[in-house]
Amino acid sequence: MSVTERPGPVLAPPPGARGLADGATSDRAPDASTAPPGVLAALRWGLVRDLRIAVRSRAELGVQILFYVIVVSLFPLATSPERNLLQTLGPGVLWVAALLASLLSLPRLFASDFADGTLEQMALSPFALPALVGGKVLAHWLATGLPLVLLAPLLGLQYALDAEVLGIVAFSLLVGTPILSLVGAIGAALTLATRGGGSLLALLVLPLYVPVLIFGAGSADALRGGLSAAPNLSLLAAGLLVAIVGAPLAAAAAVRIALD
Amino acid sequence: MLEAHDLAARRGSLLLFEGISVQVPPGTALVVSGRNGSGKTTLLRILAGVTRPAAGRVTWHGRDVARHDPSVRADICFAGHVPALKDELTATENLHALATLAGERTGPLALRRALADVGLDARRHLPARALSQGQRRRIALARMSIGRQRLWLLDEPATALDADGLALLGSLVARHLAGGGTLVAATHQRLDLPADRVQTLTLS
Amino acid sequence: MNLYRYSAPAAFYPIAGVLAPWFALAAALCALVGLYVGFVVAPTDFQQGQAYRIIFIHVPTAWMSMFIWLVMAFWSVLALALNTRLSAMMAQALAPTGAWMTFIALWTGAFWGRPTWGTYWAWDARMTSELILLFLYFGVIALRNAIDDPRRADRACAVFTIVGAVNIPIIYFSVQWWNTLHQGASVSLTAAPSMAATMLVGMLVMALAAWLYTIAVVLVRVRTIILERERGAAWLDATLATRRV
Repeated sequence: MSVTERPGPVLAPPPGARGLADGATSDRAPDASTAPPGVLAALRWGLVRDLRIAVRSRAELGVQILFYVIVVSLFPLATSPERNLLQTLGPGVLWVAALLASLLSLPRLFASDFADGTLEQMALSPFALPALVGGKVLAHWLATGLPLVLLAPLLGLQYALDAEVLGIVAFSLLVGTPILSLVGAIGAALTLATRGGGSLLALLVLPLYVPVLIFGAGSADALRGGLSAAPNLSLLAAGLLVAIVGAPLAAAAAVRIALD
Repeated sequence: MLEAHDLAARRGSLLLFEGISVQVPPGTALVVSGRNGSGKTTLLRILAGVTRPAAGRVTWHGRDVARHDPSVRADICFAGHVPALKDELTATENLHALATLAGERTGPLALRRALADVGLDARRHLPARALSQGQRRRIALARMSIGRQRLWLLDEPATALDADGLALLGSLVARHLAGGGTLVAATHQRLDLPADRVQTLTLS
Repeated sequence: MNLYRYSAPAAFYPIAGVLAPWFALAAALCALVGLYVGFVVAPTDFQQGQAYRIIFIHVPTAWMSMFIWLVMAFWSVLALALNTRLSAMMAQALAPTGAWMTFIALWTGAFWGRPTWGTYWAWDARMTSELILLFLYFGVIALRNAIDDPRRADRACAVFTIVGAVNIPIIYFSVQWWNTLHQGASVSLTAAPSMAATMLVGMLVMALAAWLYTIAVVLVRVRTIILERERGAAWLDATLATRRV
């Protein structure tokens, strides 16, 4: 699949060179022989544009990361600084905080595109809407999910986790946080143009996050219990594959419903 | 040829309009007028295939616009009452993103020329948040000029434009129609269009 | 007979009105028989004493709670694929009953668990997924209430219901998996009491009662939804004028 192909019919030379002469040809049907525009090109459109916007609104992203750091730091204060307890709690706390931080960032995914008419243009584009949405979700994960993955080992030190457990927590977050973004995209699209915004989004999305939380936090738990983390991580990876295929389709359907 | 058959639309339980059938041949325009809330925007969105009508169907050269057929999509330029610009991106980046989304491949020169044509050459590197409403509208005009879509669906295209901007819009539309393009515009302002190519539809 | 004809609200409204009382009556009869069998005829369990009798309510509602979501998913698929109004109304009408069934199953489960296993709540796979299911029911009801346009609400809820239906088995499986990792704290809820024939009969009759009750309530609720949504429609005025409804 080429990322450079031009979708749609080629009607006329660039503007300015157009004249009455084109009128003779312009009553033909849309060109069905043109291949539909590529999925990769659509992914790239969403990815590049949203990453650029994310970089220019760094401050907002910083706030979300700070939220993560603060939530993780609150748990020892609320329970006990006792080393054994912290080691038990650590992976779970890192995961729950990642869930909440992801939830906090979800409204950003579609809300401004919905308000300024971009979502309409996406739905009307010759590109496949699920692929455009997929590109946006990928950008969203790079901007909001990946920082959590990178910070997790550092924050894990607060919980006296040893290197092996830290590695597994970070790896499970690496596999799991994209699922949070993908599944969250469905909820974010469903709650567009609804009353109740953020809390409704939480109500819809958090129950769907349960398996990710269990397999993600469970992988480090299994390791601490002397078992292999591999089954948990494999299940998480399987979940990621299902989410990659299914979530953009469902989110795109939800976007079309919101625009209706 | 754009054809609408027996369209009806509701908002909630309120019937906006029903029984609307129009044919807009190539090279001609349909101007939809009516007071606020009469369903002009809804009709335009139905013609674009974003909103599903309560009854009836819309075809572009015999193909249903409500199906997500890429070859039909590539032929339709829908400009809603908000111009789909991102505050964080510059005028050039915004135009590039919109053109790419419409399936156009545009180089930096074409982008610059299109922005110069609408009088934004000096402001092409400014983020969109620094532009006035009228200037933002002009980016939408640049996008129309750069695309090759044969069906333009414009919702209140004259909003926020000054006299120069209106002239620009007029010349773009005239060129589009002369080139065999089709236009549907929803507006409560008068548009300067060649009378023999225009039909009007008033929603009550 | 052309069943498709009845998929129009105009045709369904009077039929639902005729059928609902009969289903309600049948549900009441089954419930009476089931409760009599369960609370009077069935023998006392030699392990659990009288406390086990709550399963005559607990088990049928737990079955219904999961089954109703599947039925909602079925109607949601139809609503999205065929764009039929009635199937979305069915899904909408089912949700509150599903939520009630889930709530009753959880509540009775807790009161069964206390005398039997000494705890109101355990993080068992079935209980936990039932709790998540309750959240999903709340979610779909809240989503419906948050969208003004009923047609858009129909389709948004349909997408969420289908996503939920895909997720429920995954949730169940994941909690079970998690539970096996944490054997220490768990109580074994899998050892169901061996059932006498009369117990089984009582339970099945109660399950039938739950079914019939759900159908009756849904028929009534769909009629209400039709009244609400089709107000002003000519057929409705005609129906209301000619019938005692």
